[in-house]
Amino acid sequence: MNLRRLWAIMQKEVRQLRRDRITLAMIMVMPIVQLVLFGYAINLNLRGLDAAIVDQAQTSDSRALVMDMLATDVIRPVATARTPQGLIDLIRRGRINVGVVIPPDFEARKQDGRAVAQVLVDGSDATVAAAAAQLAQTPVDSRLPDLHAPYASTPPVPRIVVTSFYNPERRSAVNIVPGLIGVILTMTMVLFTAIAIVRERERGNMELLIAMPLSRSELMLGKVVPYVLIGLVQTTVILVLGRWLFDVPIRGSLLDVYLAALLLIASNLTLGLLISSRAQSQFQAMQMTFFIFLPSILLSGFMFPFSGMPRAAQWIAELLPLTHFLRLIRGIMLRNASLLDLWGDALALVVFTTVMMTAAILRFRKRLD
Amino acid sequence: MSETPAIRVRGLSKRFGQLLAVDHVDLDVPRGRVYGFLGPNGSGKSTTIRMLCGLLTPSDGEIEVLGLRVPQQAEALRRRIGYMTQSFSLFADLTVGENLEFIAEILGVPRERKRARIAELMERYRLADRRKQLAGTMSGGQKQRLALACAVMHEPELLFLDEPTSAVDPESRREFWEALFELTDAGTTLLVSTHLMDEAERCHRLAILDRGRLVADGTPGALTSALGGRTWLVESDNPRRAQHALVEAPGVLGVAQVGHALRLLAADGQGEDWAAAVEQRLHGAGLSALLRSATPNLEDVFVAATRSVGPGGAA
Ligand SMILES: Nc1ncnc2c1ncn2[C@@H]1O[C@H](COP(=O)(O)OP(=O)(O)OP(=O)(O)O)[C@@H](O)[C@H]1O
Ligand SMILES: [Mg+2]
Repeated sequence: MNLRRLWAIMQKEVRQLRRDRITLAMIMVMPIVQLVLFGYAINLNLRGLDAAIVDQAQTSDSRALVMDMLATDVIRPVATARTPQGLIDLIRRGRINVGVVIPPDFEARKQDGRAVAQVLVDGSDATVAAAAAQLAQTPVDSRLPDLHAPYASTPPVPRIVVTSFYNPERRSAVNIVPGLIGVILTMTMVLFTAIAIVRERERGNMELLIAMPLSRSELMLGKVVPYVLIGLVQTTVILVLGRWLFDVPIRGSLLDVYLAALLLIASNLTLGLLISSRAQSQFQAMQMTFFIFLPSILLSGFMFPFSGMPRAAQWIAELLPLTHFLRLIRGIMLRNASLLDLWGDALALVVFTTVMMTAAILRFRKRLD
Repeated sequence: MSETPAIRVRGLSKRFGQLLAVDHVDLDVPRGRVYGFLGPNGSGKSTTIRMLCGLLTPSDGEIEVLGLRVPQQAEALRRRIGYMTQSFSLFADLTVGENLEFIAEILGVPRERKRARIAELMERYRLADRRKQLAGTMSGGQKQRLALACAVMHEPELLFLDEPTSAVDPESRREFWEALFELTDAGTTLLVSTHLMDEAERCHRLAILDRGRLVADGTPGALTSALGGRTWLVESDNPRRAQHALVEAPGVLGVAQVGHALRLLAADGQGEDWAAAVEQRLHGAGLSALLRSATPNLEDVFVAATRSVGPGGAA
């Protein structure tokens, strides 16, 4: 490893990047646009679902249960029906998303500890189904008034209230912004490095570079290091905007936040290098990036809760850097954990980076064939 | 200077799938000379050069460059050779100055000499007024001068130039070649590929490639004089019809129209009698014809070499 050559490659990379106005703009604009999109538009806590309620019991307790459900704001009555069949019709016709049925024998069921109400959900929309599931957790016995004390007593029937410890208002931005750092870094870092090398191959620069007295590691490191800085800039943009627009707190140490970001950046850059050693064209590099990006988004716990996924999906998720980063960053930013508390996930990222870098360097041949 | 040749190659082959792009080539390139690779498109010039630089792995054969085995010792060779690729491989989005600086850094030109060396090269290859221009925006000829400047940055012992003048006009080409001869004066060995006959004539020695095979090699003088007496100029009032009449004639290896005349290459061992017979044949076809002996050139050498290699040899 010769520092002078390494520096020359880095300098060249920065110079080229400086002239690439569009990429440069994307580096800044992408985090901003995504933050606003995810923060404002995608609200994972659905509220105000269109609903209809059939209360066939009409007792005071059943009416109280209905009021409790409405008080959650998850549903909003927009239609009326008299029978469960009527509700099913309304759902089929798309008039409502959720129907609630309280059967005539409500009181008797309550005594026996059987199901007292049925929530009918438009299952064709997964997010609606998830939101409506909250309804089923409305406590049936209104004599247990403290909804926000989850461990207050051990009730005989499952009446566990959805309670969020670290995000009491259940605002999704608080959950999403830390994760968004990971998503944006995953998307840009992998793509940038993958493309940076493949582009040289496409433009014919690679023939010059491999004919030079340059070692593989000088070439690879020199190409990725400038992107580390870009990743840190993106992290900063999201942190500042998240704070400013959505009041997202940073409860843990800022240093730990950046260290976690560095670990993810390193993992993704080395993954990009490995992709570049396989891809023949920029288009292929792009496709491979999205091949990694999609499972990252879906399985890492960014979109859907990790614990709810099938075993196999969890195993795959454990292989994705984003999964570990999400655990780190949520822990640090929202729960005031330290990087050391979460050493397992930090170590996973270090191992991932080492394996990818080694594989990329070994796979990269200083040959044209 | 040591007496071992700059390049020694035995049985070099390269296979791309079904295609044998380089077919058992033997080469001996002496030091301090301009050695030419002459061949048409797809004859395997670039492939051979890439194997000699250690950029492609040979399918078969042995290569020794400057006493080092290639591709095994290719990395040790990198500092001692320069390679100018056929297509522009410098960075289009860097300026001329930045490109030269990058190459100087990578090749480890001593810091204290770097500025002077770059200035010297920009002066010699007439790039001084383009220092701040992006390399991608330069003309083809300017790009090739920049590529040459980069290839000689570290004063290599051996320089591979793959069609270095393909985008250079004839006037500048002379100048380009003068620059190449300056390099040999300084002791550099040059291996230059080309498909231009006039360029090949400037080389000290020449290898002619055709469809991956080495069909002839030697000095241009020796190659052409070996064809003495076999080249003829046919003057006819209707050269196109005369050409048709001669393609099929016995003993004719090649006919090409040159202005109003035809250039005729005879098979080996044909003399004055054969020329008379050809004239007879043309008269018989109702054409006026006069055969004059012509001085052989490299084009004739090329035709002779590629047409006499056997039944599969004729294109
Ligand atoms: N990477 C490759 N894969 C498959 N075939 C190849 C490859 N490189 C070269 N070839 C083939 O090998 C043959 C020789 O190619 P090469 O580039 O060496 O020719 P050349 O003499 O340099 O021609 P030109 O004057 O056009 O540059 C050609 O038929 C070409 O199509
Ligand atoms: Mg070529």
